[in-house]
Amino acid sequence: MSTDALPVLTANDFASDQDVRWCPGCGDYSILAQMKKVLATVGTPREKTVFVSGIGCSSRFPYYVDTYGFHSIHGRAPAIATGVKGARPDLTVWVITGDGDALSIGGNHLMHAIRRNLDINIVLFNNRIYGLTKGQYSPTSPLGKINKSAPMGVIDNPLHPLSIAIGCEATFVARSIDVNIKHLSMVLQRAAEHKGTSFVEVYQNCNVFNDGAFEYATDRNSKADTTIEIEHGKPLIFGKNRDKGIRLNGMEPEIVELGKGISVDDLLFHDEKAPEPSLAYLLSRMRHPEFPEPIGVFRAVDHPKYDEELNKQIETARKNRGEGKIEDLLNAGETWVIE
Amino acid sequence: MATTTETSKAVVDLVSATVRFCGDSGDGMQLAGTQMTNTSALVGNDIATFPDFPAEIRAPRGTKAGVSGFQLHFAATEIFTPGDQVDALVAMNPAALVTNLSDLVPGGILVVNKDAFDAKGLEQAGYKVSPLEDGSLDAYQLFSIEMTRLNRLAVDGLGLSQKEADRCRNFYAMGLAFWLYDRPLEPTLRYIDEKFGKNPNVAEANRRALRAGYNYGDTTEAFSSQFRVSRADLPAGKYRNITGNQAMAIGLVVAAKRSNCEVFYGSYPITPASDILHELSRHKNFGVRTFQAEDEIAAVTSAIGAAFVGAMGVTGSSGPGIALKGEGLGLAVMTELPLLVINVQRGGPSTGLPTKTEQADLLQALFGRNGECPMPVIAARSPADCFDVVQEAWRIATRFMTPVMILSDGYLANGSEPWRLPAVDSLEPIPVTHPAAPTNGEVFHPYARDERLARPWALPGTPGLMHRIGGLEKQDITGNVNYEPENHQKMVLLRAKKTALVAQDVPEQTVDGPDAGDVLVVGWGGTYGALATAVRRLNSKGHKVAHAHLRYLNPLPRNLGEILSRYKKVLVPELNLGQLRMVLRAEYLVDAIGLNKVKGKPFSVNEVEAKIVELLK
Ligand code: SF4
Repeated sequence: MSTDALPVLTANDFASDQDVRWCPGCGDYSILAQMKKVLATVGTPREKTVFVSGIGCSSRFPYYVDTYGFHSIHGRAPAIATGVKGARPDLTVWVITGDGDALSIGGNHLMHAIRRNLDINIVLFNNRIYGLTKGQYSPTSPLGKINKSAPMGVIDNPLHPLSIAIGCEATFVARSIDVNIKHLSMVLQRAAEHKGTSFVEVYQNCNVFNDGAFEYATDRNSKADTTIEIEHGKPLIFGKNRDKGIRLNGMEPEIVELGKGISVDDLLFHDEKAPEPSLAYLLSRMRHPEFPEPIGVFRAVDHPKYDEELNKQIETARKNRGEGKIEDLLNAGETWVIE
Repeated sequence: MATTTETSKAVVDLVSATVRFCGDSGDGMQLAGTQMTNTSALVGNDIATFPDFPAEIRAPRGTKAGVSGFQLHFAATEIFTPGDQVDALVAMNPAALVTNLSDLVPGGILVVNKDAFDAKGLEQAGYKVSPLEDGSLDAYQLFSIEMTRLNRLAVDGLGLSQKEADRCRNFYAMGLAFWLYDRPLEPTLRYIDEKFGKNPNVAEANRRALRAGYNYGDTTEAFSSQFRVSRADLPAGKYRNITGNQAMAIGLVVAAKRSNCEVFYGSYPITPASDILHELSRHKNFGVRTFQAEDEIAAVTSAIGAAFVGAMGVTGSSGPGIALKGEGLGLAVMTELPLLVINVQRGGPSTGLPTKTEQADLLQALFGRNGECPMPVIAARSPADCFDVVQEAWRIATRFMTPVMILSDGYLANGSEPWRLPAVDSLEPIPVTHPAAPTNGEVFHPYARDERLARPWALPGTPGLMHRIGGLEKQDITGNVNYEPENHQKMVLLRAKKTALVAQDVPEQTVDGPDAGDVLVVGWGGTYGALATAVRRLNSKGHKVAHAHLRYLNPLPRNLGEILSRYKKVLVPELNLGQLRMVLRAEYLVDAIGLNKVKGKPFSVNEVEAKIVELLK
């Protein structure tokens, strides 16, 4: 029976029958809830959606959404997603990963998936710790952080996910925070809509092994001063009273106070569509405590997509040479007959 | 147009001949060998070839490290190997001579480019005195020809630089060899037209060089006789010459078509497997997607992703790459997806001998993964057999929902032989089914099994079959994550049993030679030609020797144990230190004897024959 209107899906339709096994209070719950809402809003049929993940707490995600899913091996989700999307461009593909999965063991795959700009969405849950293996430092753990595998403090310089993504020529880069649910669903929605690889970093609290890592960005009293919501075409203003802004001083950002001879027009205006990624990169370098940390869409530009190009070549070959026939393939080159 | 002409010289008929071209890697020896191969195939000889590439692509000119060779065996009878020794050696410089001379039969024809035997060339080859002058080559029929000078004369007047002129020298050498063995020039002239048509001067120069070499043989007094190898009595049919890597690639495209799938080939460039990637990337009009991945791990995992959504997922590599793919292969076993994994073996361990052949990855193929991780393993025995092996591998992969490892090696990959083309209608469909959307809301069980223990291949995009797979242990039937002890034991046994069941689905092992007797030679993979030839020789002398060449290495053929028991001795020749022998001893408690060689070279027929004779005593 065909009906004209597709059934309208709700967030609940995307819940699988599996018990969610994250620790109570984990930031992952909130991300899952927002994701289900966004999936319902976007409206892609469940059977057309594939979630791919690697290993880590966040990588359990596919079990909890009622779509097709692949909980693969450590770090390889972007490569698996490349096969999925390359072979079946009709599918909508989400990659769920964490800081260790994406930036340590899977760094190479992440880098290449992003530069190929496949039309997939990568969501990196950054909790700055290894949760599943119980508390070792991750590639995003800050210097000096005391933990199980660095009892005298971390001595590896941390990586910054968005800086990496931008360096890999990402066409969509955004950041949000697990508990900032309105903002998070806006960002996920934008990621879903973007054509090409969408890279989203979500600050996620691991309340068991790294509780409060992002407290500065989530605390009701401090967040207006420690984060800055960036919007395309708008000046960079922040602060509880929205009286502070970011201005460029040569190539460097600086914090200024509005009034006292400085007007909104003096501030840096965000341009997510800038062809060059310099601005996005500069924003990705603004870090707590020196700067408020930007959240929102850093970059959203259009570039050729690997999966589209791959399938275009197939179409072109078929158009120019006709659908391949076994007969022709076998008989190619010089042949001879023995009677 | 130059063609095979009546010659005034004596013509000697031969049953077979082996010729090797060798020179600097920039001398175009592979082309010379390939052209003579194709021509010999076209005149109806049976052929077998052995290209031998230098380990270093850009070794300094004239050095021993830069010597490239191409050996070709053509015959008026059925042959299986490129020949133990060569009847004629064409050496373009002293380094090529010194590294290849030991393979020339005493009294054999030795053609050298005299012009290359200057002080520098001799020194690079380590000669103190020119071997052309000190009598050290007296045991051979030496033809010392000023090829560089004569070739330059031939192409004079076409406005080529000296460098360009010298680039035609391989055609001069070819022309000479073609005359010597009475091969027609037309196929090579056609090749020149196709290849250099856009560059008329170069095309003309190559034509002239080819003819000049040919005429040198015909008109000068140097050669007193010419040889002829008439056409072989091969089974009737249409043939083409094919290398193992080509046959593998074409085989993949055909198997995909037979099963209504499209190929997704994830691969990272590696010697000697890269030609599969190159060949496949030319067949996009069959829906072939080639993905040059960032590394070996992405190559296999992207293919697994493609398999999950219904493509024919394939990854190909050589030993070092297969090692990197190990974890991914475990994932394919756990998720029970059909996947083809091609290992074109080369000398190991580590980077080893990238351009040389070996069979030392058998145990890696069987066991090189964590956990109890069984996977069917099958091996090709000749270049053209790669085509058939792929068909069989894909049939097994889809019938049993399992990854299958295909073993080839550098010798098969680059070697070529005439391939009798299969009739298109003999290539029946390879049936692949995917469950349809449930109609009355029944629950889908991704790990329910059929009579072969295969699980359903449910494709994303199908409503109502949404399910999750992954690397964690699965609960029987539901496929949910499960850590219960009883379930794990059950699942490990199920996966083992499923792989074992493949033995019921494939032909029994056959034996070449007497059904019982003194020695059974058991081999696998690319050693087929040498083993078959040695055993047939001994059979013709009345010895009770037989040959069983295994295609199925996991599971082993269901009748193999019984076959082994019918012979007094079992000999297992391998280009490793005894890997199949270890498996046979473990599996059948048979006192198998090894013949093991790890020199980066195939077996010669003589060494296999000598070992069998030793066992017969
Ligand atoms: S360990 Fe941390 S990240 Fe993992 S589920 Fe528990 S709270 Fe969440």
